[in-house]
This record gives sequence, C-alpha cells and structure tokens, in this order.
Amino acid sequence: MEDKDKKIESLHLKLIPYFEKYGILLLLVLMILVMHILQPDVFLSWRNVTNVFKQISWQSMLALGVFMVIVTAGIDLSVGSIMMLSLMILAVVAKAGAPWFIVVLTPLIAGFLCGLFNGLGITLLRMPHPFIMTLGTLYIFRGAGNLISGGTPISGFTDEVRYLGHGRIDLQWLGLEKSQYLPVSLVLIAIVYIIFWIFLNKSKTGKWIYAIGGNPNAARASGINVNKILIIVYSLCGFLSGIGALILAGRTDSGYPNAGLQSELDAIAACIIGGASFFGGRGTVLGVFAGVMIMGILRNGLNLMDVSSFWQQVLIGSIIVLAVYIDVLRRDIGTRK
Amino acid sequence: MSSTSNPLLEAKGITKYFGTITALENVNLKVHAGECLGVVGDNGAGKSTLMKVLSGLYKPSAGSLFFQGKEEILESPRDSQNLGLEMVYQDLALAGNLPIGENIFLGREPTKNLGFLKLLDFNKIKELTNAHLDKLKINVKSADQKVEELSGGQRQAVAIARSTAFNAKVVIMDEPTAALAIKEVGKVLDLINSLKKTGVGVIVISHRMDDIFTVCDRVMALFQGTNFAESTLSNTSRDEVIGWIMGKK
Repeated sequence: MEDKDKKIESLHLKLIPYFEKYGILLLLVLMILVMHILQPDVFLSWRNVTNVFKQISWQSMLALGVFMVIVTAGIDLSVGSIMMLSLMILAVVAKAGAPWFIVVLTPLIAGFLCGLFNGLGITLLRMPHPFIMTLGTLYIFRGAGNLISGGTPISGFTDEVRYLGHGRIDLQWLGLEKSQYLPVSLVLIAIVYIIFWIFLNKSKTGKWIYAIGGNPNAARASGINVNKILIIVYSLCGFLSGIGALILAGRTDSGYPNAGLQSELDAIAACIIGGASFFGGRGTVLGVFAGVMIMGILRNGLNLMDVSSFWQQVLIGSIIVLAVYIDVLRRDIGTRK
Repeated sequence: MSSTSNPLLEAKGITKYFGTITALENVNLKVHAGECLGVVGDNGAGKSTLMKVLSGLYKPSAGSLFFQGKEEILESPRDSQNLGLEMVYQDLALAGNLPIGENIFLGREPTKNLGFLKLLDFNKIKELTNAHLDKLKINVKSADQKVEELSGGQRQAVAIARSTAFNAKVVIMDEPTAALAIKEVGKVLDLINSLKKTGVGVIVISHRMDDIFTVCDRVMALFQGTNFAESTLSNTSRDEVIGWIMGKK
C-alpha cells in the first residue's frame, strides 16, 4: 500500500515540471479548438487570426513587463499609466514636428524613465511594498500625461511612427493574396518575447531575477545586489510599456487620455493565467504569452459570438481564480512540508 | 590546532548598534586554519549578529576584521566571499525555486560567450556541481533537482556545498543542525570534520552541546553581546559550557 502511494507520488513529481511548463499551452490549444468548432468559418480565418494578434499587441508588452516584476514577487500597477504618458509625450513631440526617428524613440525613453522612477522609489525610498509605489505612480503618470496634453486627444502621426503598430508585411511573394499579410506588430511580439526569453533564462541577471523571487535573502547572501536588479526589472517593465505606447500610437493614430486605462489589471491577469506566481520565482515567458493569447482569444471569440462584454468580464475573472487555484494545488504537491 | 600560528580570521573589538540597542560590544574572535571554533550563547547573546558582521552583511559600528593578518573592510557579502570567507545561514539562504546546481553557483555562475552575448553555461554548472557533491560525498538524485524538493538535511548539505565550492578558507555555520532530523545530524557533522581536514577554518554557532563537543576544538561563549568565556575543548566540560550560556562561571 505504501509502495503504491510512493509510486503515485513520484509519478506526480515527475509530471509536475511538464505540467508547470506546458499545461497552460494545453488550455490554449483547447480554447482554440472550442472556438474553431463554435465558429468554423471565421475564427481561424487569416483576417481574424491577424486581428487577434493586432489586438493583443500592446497588451503583450505590458504583460511581459509586469511578468518580470511578478517574478521578483513584486507588482507594477502603473504600466497602463506609463504607456499613456509615453503615448502622450510621443503625440506632443510628433505634433511639435520632430523627425520620425526622434518621435519613435521618445516613448521608449519615457517608458524607461518612468520604470526607473518606480525602481528607485521602491528601493531608495524603501517602500514597504511595490504595490504602494506603483499605485502612486499609476495616478502620477496618468495625471502627468493629461497635464502635457491638456487632457485632449492628439491625433495624426506619420507612417514611419505608425509602422510598428499598423505596418503590414506583404506575403504575395509567397503566392498569398493581398489580404493575407503579416502584421508588423506580430513580428515585433515574436522578437521581443524571444529576446526576453533568452534574457530571463540564459543570462546571469535573468537567473538572479528568479533567485530574488525565490528567496531574496538567498540572493543577498550570494552577493547579488538585489536593489540594482530590482531597479533594472522595473526600468525594463517601463521600457516595455513604452514599446506598448509606440504600438498603440500606430494602431489608433492618436494619443488619448483613456489609453491603457485598467490595462495594468489585464497585464497582471495574463501573467497569473500564464502560471506566474504572486509568491515570486515562478512562471515562464511562454506562459505569459499563452496567458495573453488566452485573454485575447476569449475576448475575440466572445465578440464573434456576440456575447455581451459583461460575460467576458465574468469569464476572465473565473479563469484567473481557476488558474491560481491550480497554482495552489501545484504548490501543495510539489513542495515538501 | 596550534594557537601559535597566525589566525586565519580575527575580529577585534567588534561593536554593533541597532538604533539604541547594543547587539555587540567589544567582541573578539579568532579562528585558525583547520580549526573549528564553537560559538555558544543564549538567544539574543549576539551570535547571529556577529556572524553577519563577519560575512559582510552588517557593517560593524566599531572594531576591525583581519583576514590572514591583513585588515579588511567588508562592504557586502561579495567582499567576504572574494576573500574566501563563506557563510551558511540558519535559514540556509537557498532559493527553493532553483535547482541545486544553480543555488551552489548563485551569483558566481560560469558563463560562455556566444558572439557578443554572455550566456549561462548550464552544462558546466552541472558538471562542477556533480564533481563537488561527489567530493563532499553528498548524495542527491540529480543536480537538476529543485531545492524545495529536498529534505532538511539535504538542503543543509547543499548550503554547505555552496559555501565550499569556491576554495573557501573560513566557513561560518549558523546552527547547522538545528532544523535536522536526528539521523541527518551525524552526516552534517561528518561533513564539518572533513572540511577541517582540508585546512578550512570552521566557525560553528550552535545550541547543541553534542555538536560542539563532536566537531569543535575550541569554544567561546557570548553573553549579552560581550565575550564571556573561552576555552579549548579539552579543558572544559559540557556543564561548564552550559553554565557560560546562562551567564555563570
């Protein structure tokens, strides 16, 4: 009897790493299948698939940034506001007639500086929790964005500025039709996610980010400058929000006061659905991508089926709770007491 | 070992204040190569604070540290590690979410160059980890096992392995057996004895007289943040050391 229990336990232990790594992809594939069965003509059409990627393009940047922060057992509530402020700065600079390569750089620099501000606040001001610092900057950055723009939308950017969010890669040379193009934002997502996958999994700094999330005292005792790493993480998170702003500028051709409102919550939700743990140290870049996709497909599919957006909220909320419950169960099995 | 040779590590007049609290006052300590010094004292006597000063985690309010006869100022744990001064913390300071090998090399990971990128060399980490664990006769299933999946004794062994992976000259251990099952205690004490044989100076903080009298050559007692008593093991007894802990001579 004991032997049998042991066998089952060890089988569980062997399966856990795979489940942890790829379980979320199963859910994603399942959702795609269900949507395909429900909407066989539309859902997997070229037009709709590229649509989903365009819709998740800027959210995927925020989610990736927030993910890194969550790995350190922190939180960044200000990413939506960072994106809005970066977008507004972009719009003001563009309207002032700056050349496109300057305009394109402004949101990236603005986002980075906002993130740096968060990181410095959390470490130097020794805020008891990143929640507080970034809750503060959630208001500060959005307020600043409205101050510089006067609270009104600023529209009309050049094609170069809009390229990342709006550009199309023509695939007619592959024998495809003109409508079957590749959105530039999709390529951008792939490139950014691969870069950050390498950074988090293959670099020393990336490993230290996970170590800090696992046990900050261990990291400190190993001679890792925890504050420096945290400042890097929050700065990169801001930088990614800046990329999000650049994509959004391309997609909407406008800087507007409500840009990214509550999108920090979507970003956090995507991370949690994707298997990141609030306790820190857990989660994968692939998981975040799956989390973003699941939210995007859910919204897209429900829109296609004409389901009210109120139901979308209920469903997304339910998936978050379910995903975290699975995380709790996993910790119960996987960790020795 | 001989007390005539120069000590490997010597602390003189260490004082540490936390706000208005005096955690340590004018504390002296020394340890020689191949020697094990036991540090005893009641809760709050200042043992852990002293060790954190020695490891560079706390800066002393006053006093100085000499390593191999040379005065050193430790700004961070990295400084003490660079000298060959390693610490095994009571809470072990391991990241449970990382595998054994990555814990052992945390902060000092071997890398390889891929073009202009400097990437972690996971094969080398595994190779070095296995060789090092073999050398210390530590048995684990695989270097890839996450630390959170290990037993208390195995974790302690990993923590000790980490402290000695980089040619440590002095290893400081805070309550190395406190959290262990009885059958695991012996293994850890054996590990300490084999460290001593390689010429490492060991400082063991412990409440357990069994530990002290199994591995230590000398014992010193702290009482209310000050040096209270000190003796070689052969010149004292358990009862006397227990008396020191309670502040009786």
